[in-house]
Amino acid sequence: MDLTVGPIAFFWSAEQVRAFYRTLADTPVQRVVIGEWVCSKRLPFWQHEIPAAVEVLQAAGKEVALSTLTLITLKRERRQTAELFASGLPVEIADLGALKHLPQGAPFWVGPTVNVYNEGTLEWLAAQGAQRICLPPELPLESVAQLAQAGRQAGVAVEVWGHGRAPLAISGRCYHARLHDRAKDSCQFVCAEDPDGRTVETLEGQPFLTVNGVQTLSYTQMTVARQVDALRQAGVAALRLSPQPGDFAAVTRLYARLLDKGLDPGDALADLRRIQPGAIFAQGFLEGRPGAAPCP
Amino acid sequence: MTQRPTLPPLLMRLPPPPLSRPVLGLALTAFLRRIAAREPTILSRLGPYAGSRFLLDVSDAPMLLLMQPQARRLTAHSRHAPAPEHDAAIRGGLAAFLAMLHGAEDGDALFFSGELQIGGDTSAVLALRNALDDAELDLTEELAALTGRPLDRWLRRASALVARKSGLVLSRQEVMA
Amino acid sequence: MMELVCPAGTPAALRAAVDAGAHTVYCGFADETNARNFPGLNFSREELAEGVAYAHARGAHVLVAINTFPRAGDQALWHRAVADAARLGADAVILADPGLIAHAANAHPGLRLHLSVQAAAANPDAINFYAETFGIRRVVLPRVLSVEEITAINREIDVETEVFVFGGLCVMAEGRCSLSSYATGLSPNMNGVCSPASHVAYADVAGNHEARLGDFLIHRTPKGMPVPYPTLCKGCFTSADGKGDSQTGHIFEDPASLDATRLIPALQKAGVRALKIEGRQRSRAYVAQVVRAFRAAVEAAEQGAPMPEGLLARLTEGQAATTGAYAKTWR
Repeated sequence: MDLTVGPIAFFWSAEQVRAFYRTLADTPVQRVVIGEWVCSKRLPFWQHEIPAAVEVLQAAGKEVALSTLTLITLKRERRQTAELFASGLPVEIADLGALKHLPQGAPFWVGPTVNVYNEGTLEWLAAQGAQRICLPPELPLESVAQLAQAGRQAGVAVEVWGHGRAPLAISGRCYHARLHDRAKDSCQFVCAEDPDGRTVETLEGQPFLTVNGVQTLSYTQMTVARQVDALRQAGVAALRLSPQPGDFAAVTRLYARLLDKGLDPGDALADLRRIQPGAIFAQGFLEGRPGAAPCP
Repeated sequence: MTQRPTLPPLLMRLPPPPLSRPVLGLALTAFLRRIAAREPTILSRLGPYAGSRFLLDVSDAPMLLLMQPQARRLTAHSRHAPAPEHDAAIRGGLAAFLAMLHGAEDGDALFFSGELQIGGDTSAVLALRNALDDAELDLTEELAALTGRPLDRWLRRASALVARKSGLVLSRQEVMA
Repeated sequence: MMELVCPAGTPAALRAAVDAGAHTVYCGFADETNARNFPGLNFSREELAEGVAYAHARGAHVLVAINTFPRAGDQALWHRAVADAARLGADAVILADPGLIAHAANAHPGLRLHLSVQAAAANPDAINFYAETFGIRRVVLPRVLSVEEITAINREIDVETEVFVFGGLCVMAEGRCSLSSYATGLSPNMNGVCSPASHVAYADVAGNHEARLGDFLIHRTPKGMPVPYPTLCKGCFTSADGKGDSQTGHIFEDPASLDATRLIPALQKAGVRALKIEGRQRSRAYVAQVVRAFRAAVEAAEQGAPMPEGLLARLTEGQAATTGAYAKTWR
């Protein structure tokens, strides 16, 4: 089992992006997915950082893929998707419609926002050329095990959501803009004010969700730290770590130690709490419970 | 925030005749008893909730009703004693209950508007509502069947009259294309 | 005339919809294979056969929604549902999962396939991909699109489009939302339920009505005011920005429901083939009233007459209606 770093969910400045990937080059992760995952309006602000980031990561021996958007609707977005496939790098699809642009026989990866719930879909994607599939975060362990087995037979590496705020929903509406009484088309990029998303609490003050433009993430930091052994036994090929502000490199090192058995899963949570003070860690999804159910 | 919705115009139009409500409360009791005893499709639609105990708190009725579909039992309970043990409760006016039973009103609309309130096992209430909706029940016809000739014809006429006067829905609403 | 596609959660509702003028009725089997897997709802195999006979005798069509995502290791349940729908004479099946669509296309080549809104095919590329790969004949468009976008999509595709015009409104792209399982463990994709009643609790606390979903407070209203059903994305929440300015309200969507009656002429012009009414969980009374009103509306549209307005306001949740994403400002 190894580590994949997913695309950055939030609207970070070009400098933040540059610093992030430079630091990431020195971390024990095997592969990195780069690209605008959430809102195409953000892309012009940082896309010029992508070539350098790819270069620095590849130079450090990482495998790099480019991500599509999660929800592709506009002409411009469709064109950008087609351009990704012309880049020569593997493309990770975050919206199934991206396959329309797949060059004949080209391999691709599948991100966690594509609905792969069963062997039938996995095998069909494999037949289309999928090499890696990161499963939707809401799947329970029984399904993950079935899919990992099907993946082995079909020659597809199966990944699970390993760490970070989980993508729960995507919308045509921008909730960041709505919170500022603006429409999506005149958002003035308010999501940039919240590099870790904007917290939504219940009326009782319980932190619940995280708004990130058109995307809704969990408030809780999903972590499979305690289930690493079960996932290994199930035949899962990789854990996906989702970029976040703070000492992300420390997060990657912690999971690397877990995978190398240099860290006891029972101790992992205490370490995570030191790295991300104040965070609520959860992993109900894998246990078939509410995803928000906090780790004990 | 949601606004207090208006009652259906039909229900607002006239105050009910003073005698009709207790009589109808008794009729409703007889009706529900027959439902519990007779309708196999209701039981199969209820599925795992057939064994649930439903407290029906009709605010116009003198007693609380406890409906246990699986046991085919309907019992009346005093309002002055603690409510009997139950899994789910529906509270509201007679008009709202009858409207829901007869398919004159959407159950969801009645719940959304607050005319019916639910407590306890929400799934069980949903199952009951859906099962009753599919059963296409008719209180007047049920009572007519219960009383038999020659009262049945009188009852149908009387029911239409009471319905007109009270605004209560006493017969199944037929769908007109 | 545009085709009116109407919901039926029970055989009684199916008959009510057909009698009220539905061209087509959609329904599902009473299990996890459909996205309205609610207690007391849906059809047995026998009931579907009877429903198909009733509809066909009156010139109406029946579609069977098998639009959840089959559980790994348990796909047979979904495959059986497709086979039974075909055997019982359904005019089409409405599917969302690519694996299941691939299976249906292979195993039942004569069966008409519709792409469910749960598949969230939101652009011409996705739709054409499904059409070319599986022979999908109609796509139900996600409720994230504006009328302009629907017009543009129809110019680039060959398959029929169907859009929602009335009923509950998903603010998220359907089929791509795990909010419900985040709070309850049960989701539309896996279990065919959203914010399920089994995890709903109403309580009166300190002079307020409260509605909870799982461990989370979704609505709180003063006593005497109705408390809406705690559908997660319609809940009342609070959020503070970086400066500590806090907002409380319906952060995702007001508890309004969709009513696109007045957009019917525009949708017709946009090339939309069929109009869909949401609400398999609603009663036959609701279905009959809505279907009657919309049948009149599509007939008026056919003749270029103005749309009847506000007929159905009382039937919408919380008595407020919106045209949703069809108007671009909604975003």
